[in-house]
Amino acid sequence: MVEAEGLTKVYEGGVLAVDGVSFSVAEGEIFGFLGPNGAGKTTTIKMLVTLLRPTGGSARVCGHDVVGSPNLVRRCVGIVFQDPALDRELTGRENLDYHARMYGLPREIRERRIGEVLDLVGLRERADWPVKRYSGGMMRRLELARGLMHYPRVLFLDEPTLGLDAQTRRAIWDYILTLKREEGVSIFLTTHYMEEADRLCDRVAIIDRGRILVSGAPGDLKSGLGGGGVLIARTPDPDGLAAVVGDLWGGARVTLGEGEVVAYVDDPGRRVPDLVRAADSAGVPLDSVEIRRPSLEDVYLRYTGRRIREEEASPAEVMRARMRARMRGR
Amino acid sequence: MGGSAGRDLVGPPAGFDVGAEAQAVYVMWLRQMKRFVRARSRLLGNVIQPFIFLAGLGLGFRGARIPGIPAGIDYLTFLAPGIVGMSVMFSSMFAGVSVLWDRQFGFLKEVLVAPVSRGSIVLGRTLGGATVALMQGAIIAAASAAMGASVDPLGTPAAAAFMLALALSAVGFGVAVASKMEDPHGFQLVMNLLVMPLMFLSTTFFPPEGVPEALGVLMRINPLSYPMDGIRWALTGLGYFGPAADAAVSAGLAAAMLALGAWSFGRMEV
Repeated sequence: MVEAEGLTKVYEGGVLAVDGVSFSVAEGEIFGFLGPNGAGKTTTIKMLVTLLRPTGGSARVCGHDVVGSPNLVRRCVGIVFQDPALDRELTGRENLDYHARMYGLPREIRERRIGEVLDLVGLRERADWPVKRYSGGMMRRLELARGLMHYPRVLFLDEPTLGLDAQTRRAIWDYILTLKREEGVSIFLTTHYMEEADRLCDRVAIIDRGRILVSGAPGDLKSGLGGGGVLIARTPDPDGLAAVVGDLWGGARVTLGEGEVVAYVDDPGRRVPDLVRAADSAGVPLDSVEIRRPSLEDVYLRYTGRRIREEEASPAEVMRARMRARMRGR
Repeated sequence: MGGSAGRDLVGPPAGFDVGAEAQAVYVMWLRQMKRFVRARSRLLGNVIQPFIFLAGLGLGFRGARIPGIPAGIDYLTFLAPGIVGMSVMFSSMFAGVSVLWDRQFGFLKEVLVAPVSRGSIVLGRTLGGATVALMQGAIIAAASAAMGASVDPLGTPAAAAFMLALALSAVGFGVAVASKMEDPHGFQLVMNLLVMPLMFLSTTFFPPEGVPEALGVLMRINPLSYPMDGIRWALTGLGYFGPAADAAVSAGLAAAMLALGAWSFGRMEV
């Protein structure tokens, strides 16, 4: 459904936003870009939906080249942008109707389809409210519905739950899974929420600074770390502790974090006493030890050497989030 | 429905994109209409402001003898077509500039990614803005007649044509301004430094005769003077440049501003 080959975008002024990414999205699959803010996720989406021209590489969506046949691409994709893109003065139904008209759906199909997509996102009762009375979650649901109006074969979701509270986020996940099941549509989404990628995506690509570092099914990525568990030891002396871990479990994969050593080992719970004794005899201070099952967070840490911090938002994003909050409050 | 097989059955017929461009024009027009009808406070504000100008200036100076206005035409009658033109101009310009709010609120992306040309989008928006402006102008014209301005109902079609030219010019100008601006704050600057001076130099409030010579020249150079003069000529029979010149300049201005607006919108980034 989507094939990208060395897709590249250099903005005027020389900023390299996307650096030769190659990937494909299969029919009926949910494929996700997981990465921090500024990794190039939105730029990639904008190129795939023909809003931005790539400066290198190529991409085909539904078999059509994004540069050569933009209108054919536009007709076969649905998009939910990162920020709300609704007309707030109009009702939910009008937003859907106007969208359908611009995509050339004839009247009888339009009316039936509006009912279908409203049911899909549970908004039939609120269809005739002006959008400005909607909550943030309802707006997102309406945008999902609108993205599906014209029977797209690929749906693009740019940070579909950004700025929503935890409960609403889970509800949106359920809707996304429902529409994948009911409509059989392929979905390309971007997110910086580990849990979101883990929960929704059939396959994930971890993207950082415009490059794909690794991609695969979340389960494969996690088991690829080696070992059935994760052991996180916090210490003021990570280098010293890493040496201790190396001596103790020679083959284990170890990642150094800030003030912590992360080891991917089998059965980590039984290994804690050994570690404590070894650290003690080597004279390396140990603050705490945590064990858990591997998550995408660990995969991300392994390939980037960093954690995604959700609070590290750029000033522009903080401003946008405030604006969203204000718009909802009105 | 379920799965992709179901989608094929209920999906759109082949060639369903026929007429999408026309639909886009219609949708953009319809949207302006709905917003106009629903935003009562905005409608009221748009009508009340020119009404205050008309009542405040027109009734206050009604008995005054103003050089350049022939005897037998009182100031209210002179002013009324000018205020009609002013209200058409402001209303259309705001319709054009509202592209900026669409960008601010994200809706512009939704429109620009639809499989229709930007030309259709800007055309629909322009027609919508012009329709709203003409309705407001008609309300003001009726109000001025009720206040005692002697306007000729037979001149309405010609006046409407000049109002349309003025509206198209102002929407085009507004779209062009909005395409260049990052945020709505810059708009105030454009209003105060460009639009207000042009308005005072446009025969809206006083005639181009009986004023200092330099001022008169500026008023004749200002293209905005011509649709204003045309509206006045149509409604009251009083014109300073002659209907032919009024029509030619008004049409030229509309064409130029529409082209500028469409060009700017075409290059706009989201």
